[in-house]
Amino acid sequence: MEDTTRLTSEHSIKLFIQRDYSEGTAVKFQERFPPELEGKIDRSKFIDIIRHINSIYAEAEALSCKTFMENCCACLTGYLLLLCMPTHYEKCAKRAARYISEENDRTLNPKGIFMIDPMEKGLRCIEVCISSNR
Amino acid sequence: MVRKWEIIESKNRFYCDGRCLTGRNIGVFILALVLIIVTSGLFFAFDCPYLANRLHPAIPVFAAIIFLTVICFIFRTACSDPGILPRGTSDEILYLERSNVSNSPQSVALPGRTIEVQMSSGHVIQLKFCSTCKIFRPPRVSHCSLCDACIANFDHHCPWVGNCVGLRNYRYFYLFLFSLSILCAYIFAFNITHVVLRAQEKPSFIDAIRDTPATVVEAIICFFSIWSIVGLWGYHTYLICRSITTNEDIKNTWNASRPGMTMKNPYSKGHSCLNCFSILCGPLPPSFLNLRAIVKPDDHINMTRNAMMNTNNAQDLIRYQHEENRRTNNNRVYTTMTHPYSERKQNSYPPRDYV
Repeated sequence: MEDTTRLTSEHSIKLFIQRDYSEGTAVKFQERFPPELEGKIDRSKFIDIIRHINSIYAEAEALSCKTFMENCCACLTGYLLLLCMPTHYEKCAKRAARYISEENDRTLNPKGIFMIDPMEKGLRCIEVCISSNR
Repeated sequence: MVRKWEIIESKNRFYCDGRCLTGRNIGVFILALVLIIVTSGLFFAFDCPYLANRLHPAIPVFAAIIFLTVICFIFRTACSDPGILPRGTSDEILYLERSNVSNSPQSVALPGRTIEVQMSSGHVIQLKFCSTCKIFRPPRVSHCSLCDACIANFDHHCPWVGNCVGLRNYRYFYLFLFSLSILCAYIFAFNITHVVLRAQEKPSFIDAIRDTPATVVEAIICFFSIWSIVGLWGYHTYLICRSITTNEDIKNTWNASRPGMTMKNPYSKGHSCLNCFSILCGPLPPSFLNLRAIVKPDDHINMTRNAMMNTNNAQDLIRYQHEENRRTNNNRVYTTMTHPYSERKQNSYPPRDYV
């Protein structure tokens, strides 16, 4: 156990941005600035990134004619259609992953922060690693 | 080359190199499948020729369409991921232990802690810690002991399909029940028609039955199963309209009257049509497990431990591979390189007691 403790405390910190369940089970991450990131990154920049991820997932989960049609068509083909085309949600999840990797390259990595796609954690939280030898 | 499904801890069976999964016990599922196939097979073999001649050639065609739909939906329900949540890693446990995300004091051990969420609808929801999956269970997530995994929007573990019914396969399950009710009623109705038509040609009703023993067998199977199938379908229609899960209905989560609390279901969209629409046709997240991802052997752990993650090898931590040519069945094109300290690595730490 000491190993993990040392790993996490001396060289890097990991933090997990939790889901915001105040509006039900819709995918939404807490839009608040973790104190561990104080002095590392601009507060509004970080919250903007989270807010953008939330907006992508909000779009993925929105009830729209498009998803309705998509599901009806898939249902009529016995859901075999889903084997050959990505759903709206999958496209959005992929877009969120792409956005996170772009932000990693552009703003986060130069400041020693690394953000991981929340899909890896089953959309429960966003894992953020901060390296502290900076 | 190790894929992620080979090292996953839940008690599921995986097939086709991680493309599909079922629960551990699939005996009852096979029984259900045999019952459906045998009954339909008898119908096609003994009733259809007579009925097609005597009444209309479209009767076997419709039966075949309904039968294929049933088979398609039962396999879809049984073989898709019901929404299994990946387990927490040791880093996450450590973070949760230290941080004050929960409302309980830090002196309380993690499994005893809860998170209270104040919802904008006025409900207060308690998130409990799952000591097996090592996560705070999000709302509507429940742990299935048979699959040994936390399932999103857990409905129930259905032995007949040999899998949990949850967020990702609930609509398939509902459509399976719906199509099976129709198939059952269809076969039963034409069994009766068959016997009645034959009775008109024969001197007595007993002779007609003696001529068609298979029809009688089918009629008996259908007669006994139709009530439970149609009943279950009706029950799930009622649940969908109210937007509650079987699990919540059994536990009576939204009816129990507690003083000073509004116990209206917070997940209901307000109108039953809207609830049906969002449950049956709403957007569906891809599987969280990414079962076909290739796990890199943990040979670079030592490197990470010594060189530690400064920004350059933070990239090594998790690497997304954009491999357009290796599209998995759920179309998540990126493949995850596992985390230095995740799943496999956990085994090399002294086991933690979270019971």
